[in-house]
Amino acid sequence: MVNKTATAIKGGAAQGVLIKDMKVSRAMRIFRAFNLVFLLLVVFLTVYPFLNIIAQSFSSEGFINAGQVNLFPMGFNTETYKLILADSTFWNNYGNTVLYTVVATAISMVLTTAFAYAIAKKDLKGRSVFIGLAVFTMFFNGGLIPNYVLISSLGMRDSIWAVVLPNAISVFNLLIMKSFFENMPRELEEAASIDGLTQYGVLFRVVLPLSKAIVATMVLFYAVANWNSWFQAFLYLDNPDLFPVTIYLRNMIAGVTTAGSAGGTAENVGQIAANIQSVTIVLTVIPILCVYPFVQKYFFSGVMLGSVKE
Amino acid sequence: MALRLDVPPKAVAGPEPGTGKKRRDKPGSWKLALKRDWRLYTLLALPLLYLLIFRYLPMAGNVIAFRQFQPGGSIFGEKWVGFKYITLFINDPSFWQAFQNTIILGVLTLVFCFPMPIIFALMLNELRSQKFKKFVQTVAYLPHFMSVVIIAGMILQNFSMTGTVNQIAESLFGTTVNFTQDPGWFRPMYISSEVWQTMGWGAILYLAALTRVDESLYEAARIDGANRWQQTWHVTLPAIRPTIITLLILNIGTFMAVGFEKILLIYNPLNYATSDVISTYLYRVGLESSNFSYAAAIGMFESVIGLTLILSANAISKRLAGTSLW
Repeated sequence: MVNKTATAIKGGAAQGVLIKDMKVSRAMRIFRAFNLVFLLLVVFLTVYPFLNIIAQSFSSEGFINAGQVNLFPMGFNTETYKLILADSTFWNNYGNTVLYTVVATAISMVLTTAFAYAIAKKDLKGRSVFIGLAVFTMFFNGGLIPNYVLISSLGMRDSIWAVVLPNAISVFNLLIMKSFFENMPRELEEAASIDGLTQYGVLFRVVLPLSKAIVATMVLFYAVANWNSWFQAFLYLDNPDLFPVTIYLRNMIAGVTTAGSAGGTAENVGQIAANIQSVTIVLTVIPILCVYPFVQKYFFSGVMLGSVKE
Repeated sequence: MALRLDVPPKAVAGPEPGTGKKRRDKPGSWKLALKRDWRLYTLLALPLLYLLIFRYLPMAGNVIAFRQFQPGGSIFGEKWVGFKYITLFINDPSFWQAFQNTIILGVLTLVFCFPMPIIFALMLNELRSQKFKKFVQTVAYLPHFMSVVIIAGMILQNFSMTGTVNQIAESLFGTTVNFTQDPGWFRPMYISSEVWQTMGWGAILYLAALTRVDESLYEAARIDGANRWQQTWHVTLPAIRPTIITLLILNIGTFMAVGFEKILLIYNPLNYATSDVISTYLYRVGLESSNFSYAAAIGMFESVIGLTLILSANAISKRLAGTSLW
């Protein structure tokens, strides 16, 4: 191959090579420009719905009704924000979301860490059975009705447990954590157990302090999933005082609640609802948008960790 | 020689974990395992209890598909009724309507949503500016972190009579369409929003795979005179093929479960003709009309098809491509 290049140069084809090079780079330049435009378009299309919702949330009904609101607020209006922020149900539901997220994430972390640590031990007897039991649930589950019947008969309806327990272990997260523990140098644990630490001691004093990155990633995965979840609450909670904010929003979208006291000006209920929905969406999204830029790299590294070993 | 003789007794005597290979050969090892690792088994107790109650008990609960179920009674039903509920749904035209919709949406999802992340990852990979790449990635992952309720709200607003899509339709064609209610528009609405939601985050595993492609392969290809496109075709794609196949199998596994929560939030009786899928149908039959056994029969049918799909996809890919999940 080196010979080829050498003969090409020797053959006095320097000019030809140059022209060919320029041709390639012109095609390349066109491709790069196209690529850039395409990716910028992706960015715009991804961000647009968010900007649109924000614009709608600050617009007055008349302009929304006329279909004139897209990127920028029309007829600037903050009344709806005041209205929602003054709604005690909204705050109560927001508080519930925080509570459920914290409790559910804590439960999930305890169960997932314990499980992952044990099945990461390659010489644990019965290991493959335990892994199999977990993985099988990824591909086959009881289904909606048996789950509903079970939760109801356990008396968990209308309690926090119906929201925080049923999805406590994500097998996907479990496998990521397991492969992280497996990749830890064995010598560390061996040294610690020679020093007289029990398996508990090894886990709490040696392994966990070295696993801060993966633990942080897992906490984020679970916390986001819990913050966003709505279906468990939708199925099992009847008492509005227990609703998370996602149900508050869902009921608004489904038109179950006409947003409390907003009915004062009832001329254009649908469009007023659009404005109120936008405000609620913005208020629900804000915490995630604020945290997102700082934590997204952990999500990426988490997935990378999980994909290193299938 | 002396050294070699030294090794086996040491391994047998060593009480530390990590030399367990030797132990596994011993008979009666459950007793030994419990003695040595009882702390690990205590760690397993709660997670296994969780799996048993919240995952395996509902699986067993599927027997109510063959039994009379009394709300408030046993979760396994009261008495056997045989295939009553199975024949019931097999003769139910609404079920077959939902079945057909599920297949169509599933196929459309595979055709449109599966390749997009691959294309997106390849295009990102061509970027020379790492900063810009990071920026595009950060933005594109965003929809993945939104609650499906928020996504549903955005879909309904963007496709509403006064929403952006109709604003564009109005200015281009001078007409507006009732996207959210017209059955003919449900599929485009669903699929386009699905692409919007999944394209960015779906690319993440491909990007991870792309970072592990051996740079010397590209060099060799360049020396052989391969242009950029040929390099992509002959080096990049084969390198990420195992990832593509793995994700394809997983996607086929969730084929039957097409976006249940999202559809539940954005559909309405006016577009049931195209929007009602098996999972939403059984939700209405089971939980809104309280026909638990009937809905459980449908749900079991759905789960079994899902499991069959993933097992066969896995077997086929194992034979044809040498890649499989297990």
